[in-house]
Amino acid sequence: MSALLELEDLHVWFDLEGGRELHAVQGVTLALDAGQRLGLVGESGCGKTTTVLGVLGLLPPSASVSGRVLLNGRDILAGGEDSIRPHRWTDLAIVFQGAMNALNPVQTVSAQIVEALEVHGLASGRAARARVGELLEAVGIPRDRGERFPHEFSGGMRQRAAMAMALACNPSVLVTDEPTTALDVMVQAQILELLDSLCRDFGLALLLVTHDLPVVAQLCDRAAVMYAGEIVERGPVDALYHDPRHPYTRLLFAATPDLHGNGTPVSIPGAPPRLDRPLEGCPFQPRCDRAFARCVDERPLLRSLEGGRAAACHLNDVVAEKVH
Amino acid sequence: MSSNGRLLEVEDLVVHYPVPRGLVGTVARRPRQLVRAVDGVSFSLARGELLALVGESGCGKTTTAQTILRLVEPAGGRIAFDGRDITSAPNRAMRPLRRRMQIIYQDPYESLDPRLTVRGTVEEPLLIHREGGSKQERAELVRDALVRVELTPPELFLGRYPHELSGGQRQRVAIAASIVLGPELLVADEPVSMLDVSVRAGVLALLDRLREGGLGVLMITHDLSTAARFADRIAVMYLGRIVEQGPAAALVGDPQHPYTKALLSVVPRRDPRDRTRPQILTGEAPDAVRIPPGCRFHPRCPIAIAECREIDPALEPAGSGQGHEAACILAG
Repeated sequence: MSALLELEDLHVWFDLEGGRELHAVQGVTLALDAGQRLGLVGESGCGKTTTVLGVLGLLPPSASVSGRVLLNGRDILAGGEDSIRPHRWTDLAIVFQGAMNALNPVQTVSAQIVEALEVHGLASGRAARARVGELLEAVGIPRDRGERFPHEFSGGMRQRAAMAMALACNPSVLVTDEPTTALDVMVQAQILELLDSLCRDFGLALLLVTHDLPVVAQLCDRAAVMYAGEIVERGPVDALYHDPRHPYTRLLFAATPDLHGNGTPVSIPGAPPRLDRPLEGCPFQPRCDRAFARCVDERPLLRSLEGGRAAACHLNDVVAEKVH
Repeated sequence: MSSNGRLLEVEDLVVHYPVPRGLVGTVARRPRQLVRAVDGVSFSLARGELLALVGESGCGKTTTAQTILRLVEPAGGRIAFDGRDITSAPNRAMRPLRRRMQIIYQDPYESLDPRLTVRGTVEEPLLIHREGGSKQERAELVRDALVRVELTPPELFLGRYPHELSGGQRQRVAIAASIVLGPELLVADEPVSMLDVSVRAGVLALLDRLREGGLGVLMITHDLSTAARFADRIAVMYLGRIVEQGPAAALVGDPQHPYTKALLSVVPRRDPRDRTRPQILTGEAPDAVRIPPGCRFHPRCPIAIAECREIDPALEPAGSGQGHEAACILAG
């Protein structure tokens, strides 16, 4: 059985002045099953947002894309905008960081959702208004508040309104980019609880893009850790935390403060490599505390490991050789 | 030397902002309304101590910090720096004190002048305060400051501009510029929230080392996990008041105020197995124009009783003691 959404060897690059190119996404392969919650985690510039924009066909014209994006086994990338448009919002919905930008400031929230329903031919008139009421209630906004304008909403309420909008066309996948980043912790908790219940109630698959490991640890089943445009490790969140198979995963958790954790968080020395020149060896090697000669010469590929996991690190070969 | 060695003492600090009435409101002579941004805040900070002021946006933590630095005028209360009352010190009297109290901001990209090199940025406070003596002596002070923030060797960084630095390096430059005058108090307003996770710990460890060197650090943050790991003491603010304060380990391990308990319960943990049951408060904090009577937290409090509508609780010793206090009539 194929996954609901599959990314196969997705590359995204931007042409720069002087004939150079910025290779932002360098071969991402990823699968999301129906109803599954996957966290796409990494630090700024790692390519996580570019990856999902590529999937949704929302990259700027200066971007070039290659690879395959399969929705229920059918490639939606091959035919460009024409092949993606029928699936955007209806199958793949997105809630962006900073929900203010997703809402039209001069239209009431209800009117915007009615419009979305009408444009997609899903409902109109009284039926559309009734559906908007249901959607608002599903995201925890009292029906009558829908008659207000986005600027009359708090940050948390705007994020809820953006979710109501995303759910309007009954998508099977909800993509959220840093859904809780600018919010206070109590509002963040409210939104995470809402995401949790929406996934359960609507049977949604969730692709959560964030830099916040604890949010992923609490909300997602699986996670993919990105570094320098590629996935360096993926697997169940529990395994990533308790038995990381890539040093970056381990060090990123170690850099994250925990309320009751032992020990002081430690930062990772150095900075990610530039992506506007070819990478040699392992992109994490200059910052890695376990690097050895092979890491300088040979770029490790993402290789499957036991338990539905995968990692791009030569150390896993060393371990395997010792065992055998 | 101050009477009790406390670097900073804040007593019953009050800061009000008028709410703009607009033309119609003014003509109609609607009553003036006040935002009670800080509404009776008391705490102290010792040399070599890192106190984290935590709370959600709008709780008054940043206004508190700005008022201590006299960037905002208080409406009441008392601020003492090194034993000296500076609550209403005129600008002339504040100027020599300003070099002893410095601030760093959240966004090191905005707080650094993009036209200045690292050398220019770190040297600027010396020029403004006419400190540091000759050009050569100033150059030496700038180099020292860069070494203290671990931008080494300094020669590698002196000629660079902000856009040539990473976020973590930029924040280190901002810290270098704030310590070059040898301050005794550093206010750090969300110093790492704009930085990538992998470099945050390094900047916090740097603040920790400066603290060990005797600097008093007042860190404003919304991140309880960071406060728990790096602060000596934590003060939790809600709607213009400190509702609980105490040693970081005691406050996080044995919270006494229902607001602190709720806040701690919703902090996501990094271990997927630590899936705690969050105690989610509904709604958002009411605005500081209409502070509820009695305990200001009672409308959202899960354990409020009838008395909470009437009694405005003061900070009282709670928990294990040792400077642990909570403003709740139900706290032990």
